[in-house]
Amino acid sequence: MTARVDARWAITAVTVVVIVAAVLGLLIVGGYDAPRALAALWNGAFGSSYAVFSATMVRATPLLFVGLAVGLAFRAGVLNIGAEGQLLAGATAAAAVGLAVSGFPRLVALPLALGAGAIAGGAWAGIAGWLKLRFGVLEVISTLMLNFIAAYLVSWLVRGPMQEPTRVYPQTAELAPSVHLPALIDGHRVHFGLMLAVALAIAAWWVLTHTAVGFRVRAVGAGASAAQSAGGIVLSRTTALVFLASGALAGLGGASEVTGVTFALYEGISPGYGYSAIAVALLARLHPLAIIMSALLFGALEAGAAAMQRDANVPSVLASVVEALLVLGVLAFDHARGRRGR
Amino acid sequence: MEFRGRPYRVVSNIAITLQAIDKRFGEIQALRSASLIVRRGTVHAVLGENGAGKTTLMRIAFGMLPADAGSVFIDGKSATLKSSADAISRGLGMVHQHFTLVPAMTAAENIAFGGHGVLDLRKVAARVRHLAERTGLGVDPTARIATLDVGAQQRVEILKALYGNARILILDEPTAVLTPPESEELFAWIRRYVAEGGTVVLVTHKLQEALAIADDVTILRHGRCILTAPAAHLDISSLVHAVTGDETDGLSAIPRRRTPVRGACVARLDAVSAIDARGVTRIRDATIECYAGEIIGVAGVEGSGVHELLRLLAGRLAPGRGTATLPPLIGFVPEDRQRDAVIEEFMLTENFALRGAGVRRGRMPWSTMAAQTAGLMERHDVRAPSPASRARTLSGGNQQKFVVGRELDEHPALVVAENPVRGLDIRATAHVLRELAASADAGSAVVFYSADIDELLPLADRMVVVFAGSVREVPVERSAVANALVGAA
Amino acid sequence: MSIDAGEFLQASVRTATPLAMAAYGELVTERSGVINLGLEGAMIAGAFGALVGAGVGGVGGGLAAAALAGCAAAAIMALVVLWLRADAVIAGTAVTLLALGLTGTLYRSLYGAQGAALSVPTITPVAVPGLAELPLIGRAFFEQPAITYLLYFLAVVLWWWMTRTHAGLALRAAGERPAAAFAAGISSVRVRAWALLFGGAMGGLAGGVLVLAQVGTFSEGMSAGRGFIAIAIVVLGRWSAVGVAGAALLFGAASQLQYVFQSLGWPVPYQLFLALPYVLTLLVLAGTQRRAAAPAALGTALAEDAR
Repeated sequence: MTARVDARWAITAVTVVVIVAAVLGLLIVGGYDAPRALAALWNGAFGSSYAVFSATMVRATPLLFVGLAVGLAFRAGVLNIGAEGQLLAGATAAAAVGLAVSGFPRLVALPLALGAGAIAGGAWAGIAGWLKLRFGVLEVISTLMLNFIAAYLVSWLVRGPMQEPTRVYPQTAELAPSVHLPALIDGHRVHFGLMLAVALAIAAWWVLTHTAVGFRVRAVGAGASAAQSAGGIVLSRTTALVFLASGALAGLGGASEVTGVTFALYEGISPGYGYSAIAVALLARLHPLAIIMSALLFGALEAGAAAMQRDANVPSVLASVVEALLVLGVLAFDHARGRRGR
Repeated sequence: MEFRGRPYRVVSNIAITLQAIDKRFGEIQALRSASLIVRRGTVHAVLGENGAGKTTLMRIAFGMLPADAGSVFIDGKSATLKSSADAISRGLGMVHQHFTLVPAMTAAENIAFGGHGVLDLRKVAARVRHLAERTGLGVDPTARIATLDVGAQQRVEILKALYGNARILILDEPTAVLTPPESEELFAWIRRYVAEGGTVVLVTHKLQEALAIADDVTILRHGRCILTAPAAHLDISSLVHAVTGDETDGLSAIPRRRTPVRGACVARLDAVSAIDARGVTRIRDATIECYAGEIIGVAGVEGSGVHELLRLLAGRLAPGRGTATLPPLIGFVPEDRQRDAVIEEFMLTENFALRGAGVRRGRMPWSTMAAQTAGLMERHDVRAPSPASRARTLSGGNQQKFVVGRELDEHPALVVAENPVRGLDIRATAHVLRELAASADAGSAVVFYSADIDELLPLADRMVVVFAGSVREVPVERSAVANALVGAA
Repeated sequence: MSIDAGEFLQASVRTATPLAMAAYGELVTERSGVINLGLEGAMIAGAFGALVGAGVGGVGGGLAAAALAGCAAAAIMALVVLWLRADAVIAGTAVTLLALGLTGTLYRSLYGAQGAALSVPTITPVAVPGLAELPLIGRAFFEQPAITYLLYFLAVVLWWWMTRTHAGLALRAAGERPAAAFAAGISSVRVRAWALLFGGAMGGLAGGVLVLAQVGTFSEGMSAGRGFIAIAIVVLGRWSAVGVAGAALLFGAASQLQYVFQSLGWPVPYQLFLALPYVLTLLVLAGTQRRAAAPAALGTALAEDAR
C-alpha cells in the first residue's frame, strides 16, 4: 500500500520533471534566452491585470465550456471527441440567429443567440448519439467525422450564404451590440461568458452529485452493467441524454466565442479548443469544479505561450507539448492507482 | 458392479501429469495442490461442481494460465508452458467450453490459427476436408463460423486441435451445448480417437456421461483432487457422494426453518420461453409459481438455462414467449457481484442508492441515504469503516452482505438469489443463508439458486431443477435432485 | 476553359498518395483492434523527420527518418495503451498534441524563428515507360514520384500479407477476438504493438511524402488533419486493402474538384466536395449493419486473462 502511494508521488514528480526538462531543453536547444522566455510566459499569463483579464481568462472561457462537455461525456463512458465540431455548430447557429435578431433588445436577442448555439451543438452531437444507439456506430469515429463536416460547413457558409455584405472577407457580418456578451470588467476583454461557464460548471457538479439524473450518468459511466442490473437504469436513455447535454455545452462554448470575443463567424474560430478539451477534462479527473481550475491553467498556458512568442520569439506551440505531457502523466498516474490493491 | 462399456485396458505410459498445482485468484484459492495423471490412450474424466477448479486446472495444463506452484509433465518430460502455443507444439489440443472461434472468419481460417509463414487456405481446406473425412467430423471448411450451428462449431474446434496434430485432447464441458444425438456422435468419435492411440481429458458435470465413456475418473472439490479411480470401480451414487461431499460444517449454523406458511402467489411464469441473442432457446415453456413465505431451491448446471430462468424471475430478462407476472418490488442478488451488483469505485451509500436509480426523480437525499446505509450495515453486519467507504475496499463477504442487505431491506415480495454464497467464507455463507431464511419467514417468496446442492437442501421448501432448458419440480431430496441435474429420471 | 481529365486524375492520385500511405498503416493497426488517433501525430513527426533527414542524407535519408519518427510517435502510443492500459482515444489525442507541439517548437528552434521557407531535395515524377502512355489513366497512375509506385507495391504486398500469411491471420484474430488468438498461443499485446509501430511508420512515411514529393518544405501543422482523414479512409474502405485504395482516391479526387470548379468558374461550393467523403463515411458506417465490416474487437481493451 505505501509502496503504491509512493509510486503515485513518483509519477507526479517524474511528470513535473519531464515537463520542466522538456520546456528547458527545447528552449536551450533552440538557443533562446530561457530566463526571458520564462519571464514572458509568466507575465503573459499573470503578470498584469491585462494578462489575467484580457488574455488568460479569455482563452480559458471556451476551454471551460468544451472541457465540461468532454468531462460530462467521459463521465458517462461516452467517448465524445467531437467537441470541436459541436463548438463550430454552436458558433454558426449563434451567429445566424444573432444576425437575425439584432434588432431585438439585448435581454431577448442574447439568450436567443446563446440558446441557438446550445441547441445546434446538442443536435450535432445528437447525430453521433443516434448513430451509436440506432446502428452501433463507434462515437469515436462518428464524432471525428462530424468535426470535419462542421469545419467545411463553416468554411462554405462564411464564403457563401452567410458572408458579410461586401463579399470581401470570408466571415459573417459583425454582430450588433445587442447580441454582444457584456464585458465582465470595464476595459478588459473577459466577458460574461466566463461567468456563464463557471455557473454551468457548478451546475454540472451539482447535478452530477445531488440529483437522480446525475447519479444515473455517473453510475452508467462507472459500472454500466451494475447500473442496469441493480439500478434498473435504461442505458440508452442516459447515453442519449449525455450526448445531447455534452453537445449543448460545447455549442454554448462556440456561441460564447461568437458573442463575446469575435463578434463574427469565420473559419478557424477555434484553434482546436475541442481537442485541448480532452486534456483539460482529463487533468481535472473529469470533475466539473476541477475543470474550472484546469481550464484556467490551460488558458494561462496558452496566453503565456503567446506572449513568449511575441516577446522572446519562442514558438507558442510549446504549450501543446506541456499539455500532452500532462495528459500522459495523468494516464501513468491512473495506471499506478488502478494497480493498487490488486 | 455392472460392466460398463469397454474392458479395463492396461496402458503403461503416461500422457500428461499435473503435479501439486496451486492457483489463487485474488481472495479465492482456486486450486490447492491439485494433481492429475492421465494415461495414454484413455479417456480421463475430470468431475466436480461449478467452481471446483476444473477449468482452471485445464487452462494451466494448456499453458493459458501460469500456475502459482506445481509442475506439468507431458509425455514424461517436464514442460514449461509460457503460452498455449507451447502446449500445442507438445501435442496438446483443447476445446473450450466457450468456443474460441472468430465468428467472422471461415472454419479453415480458424483452424489455421497459430501457424507460421505463408497461408494457403485452399491447402488448409483440403487438409481439413481430408481430416474431416477420416474422423467423421463433417465440416465445410469454407463456411463462416457465424453461419454454423453449435454442434458444427464444436467440430471445428476439435478439427482445429487435430490439425495441430494433437495427441492429447482436453474437452471442457463438450456436451453442455449439444443435443443428446450430437452428444452421442461426439462420444462415438471420442471412442474412435482413443482407439487410435489418442488421449482425451473430459471435463464434465454430468456423472453418467463420465461413467459411460471414461476409463479413469478424477474428482475435484474446492480446488483439491479428492479421488482418482478407474471408472469401472465407481457407480453413480458413489460419484454423487464424492462430487458434492458431505460437508455440512459451514451450514451447521443455519437453523432448519420452521414449517413455512404458504401465502399468496406473488410471481408467476406461464409457459415462458427465453431465446438468446444467437437465437438459441435457453428456457422452454417454463411454468412456475412463487408463493409468499416459501423458499424455492433452484438447481441446474452451467448451460442448462438456469441463469436465464433466474433472470426471467428477477425481471431482468423479458420473456421471448409466454407471460411473466411479477411483483413491482423484487430483490435480486446476481452471481457476478462485481459486475452486476456493485460499482466498486462508488461509496457504499452510492451503491445503496443504485436500488431504484432508474425511476428516481429530483434530488438525491444523500444524508437520509447515508443514515439508511449505516442502518443497513448495522442490521446486516457489513464490516466497513463508514457508509462513505468505497465498495472496492470491502472484502468479498462484506460486499455480499451489503448487497443481500440492500436487496432484502425493503421486504420485497420476491427475492431472487443467484449463487449468493459463491466464494464466501463459512461465516459469511452462514450469514447470507440466514438472511434468506429470515426473509422468507418475514413473508417474501425466495428463489434461491446454488451450484452446491447441500446449500439448497436444508433451506428449500420446494426444489426446481433446470435441465437442457426445461424446468421441473422434484422432491426435496438429494438423490432426486442429483438425478434430475444430470438428466436422469 | 476545358478540363483535362487526365490531369485531374493525376492530381487526384498525387493528393491521395500520402493519404493512402497513412491509411494502409492505420488499416493494419485497426485490424489488430486499436484505433490510433495518434496517426496525425505520427504524420507530422514524419514530415519533420523528412525535413531533418533529407538535410543529412537526401531523399533516402528523409524517408528513413520520416518512418522512424512516425514509429517513435506510435511507440509512445503502444506504451501507453498496451503497457499502461490507458484509453486509446485519450492516448492518441495526447500523442498527436505532443507531436504537433514538438515539431512546431523544434522547427523554429532549428531552422530560424521566422521559419524561413526551406527547400529540401524532392522526388520528381518519373514516367513508367509504356504504361504512362495509356489513355486517361496512364499519366494519372504512371507519371508519379517513385514513392507512389512503392505504395502500389506495398498495397499489394499488404493485401497478400493480411490474407495469405499466418501472421496476417494472427493480426486479424487479435482484432476480431483476442480470446481466440490467445487460445491459439498468439499474444494480442505483441500483435497490437507491432501493428501500431507499422502504422506509425507508414504514417511517418506519409508525412515524408508530403514534404519530399509534394510541398518541398515543412511548415508547422502541415499534416492538417490528414491523419484523421486516413482514419476515415479506412472506415470508408470498410477495413479492406482494396477498399482503402478506392476510398483514398475518392478523398484525393474530392480535394482536387475544387480546382476544377474554380477553373471552370462554376459557383459550386468546393467545401461540399471536401465534406462529402466524411458524410459518405458516416453513411457507410450507418448502413453497415451493426459494424459488420469492422473488426469485432476494435476499440476494446484486452481482457486481463487474454492478453
